[in-house]
Amino acid sequence: MKVSLNGETKEIPADLNLEQLLAHFDLPSQRVAIELNKEVIRHADWPSIKIGDSDVIEVIHFVGGG
Amino acid sequence: MSDQFSLAGQSFGSRLIIGTGKYRSFDEMRAAHKASGAEMVTVAVNRVPLDRKSESFLDHLDPKMKILPNTAGCYDAEHALRTARLAREALDTEWIKLEVIGDPVTLLPDNEQTLEAAKVLVKEGFIVLPYFTDDLIMAKKLLDAGCPAVMPLAAPIGSGMGVQNPSNLRIMREQLPDAIIIVDAGVGVPSDAAIAMELGADAILMNTAIAEAQDSAQMATAMKLAVDAGRLGYLAGRMPKRLYASASSPIAGAIK
Repeated sequence: MKVSLNGETKEIPADLNLEQLLAHFDLPSQRVAIELNKEVIRHADWPSIKIGDSDVIEVIHFVGGG
Repeated sequence: MSDQFSLAGQSFGSRLIIGTGKYRSFDEMRAAHKASGAEMVTVAVNRVPLDRKSESFLDHLDPKMKILPNTAGCYDAEHALRTARLAREALDTEWIKLEVIGDPVTLLPDNEQTLEAAKVLVKEGFIVLPYFTDDLIMAKKLLDAGCPAVMPLAAPIGSGMGVQNPSNLRIMREQLPDAIIIVDAGVGVPSDAAIAMELGADAILMNTAIAEAQDSAQMATAMKLAVDAGRLGYLAGRMPKRLYASASSPIAGAIK
């Protein structure tokens, strides 16, 4: 299954939820946020939301800025 | 100084808000933050890199600092809204520095898109601190939209040019006496900060002036003193400007 993750096309196993997606790519899960098809998904909902084919996912964190 | 600065129900002892970008090292950033006396710092929202393990930038900030996420890098209202919502979810904060840029060369704000985004975010419960061009009418519109403060630029972001249009800031202060005005962007040296505060700004937000100084911590101290000096000067009330001299020593009684 292919998804867009942070602007990159990635092949992922089927049936992953958002929490598992972070673990799959070894991404941090604290003080990050996830947007699925332009909608922010609450942290509490990550385990219950399955990723679909061609989904567009953004995972953000914080960096230095002004 | 016991001159508290209150914003959206929160009190700050410092009227200096500083950024977290462009520092040469985390140690240098921490030292500058400490020296500045600032109680609020800005951070940017960015994609988590997929190709390497990234440590949490936030771990390098003093936990006592209030974190103000920004929407830097957004060129339209829709992107700014998405960025603000992501920041709120990740940090559990309603506070957002709203920044919608209109052009990559000057980084000047797109006021129209900023206002559009501000209206939506306020309705969604955000505490919106908008960066915008130093324009009185836009300031009024942003305040009417529900922003608790306005953040006019002194000069383009990272330019270090100082207050380019003091008249605009002065007019904004005089016409909006109850508004919280935070000068954001363009300060280069402590005298710029002092000038902005003397003109009546309530606070100043800066990043590059401190981060790109040869000695960031020393510059942070200088900025802190300049902000305090400018604030005191504003409160004290300046003497009127005169075109001609006015003798300080008595003329009458001078020997002939």
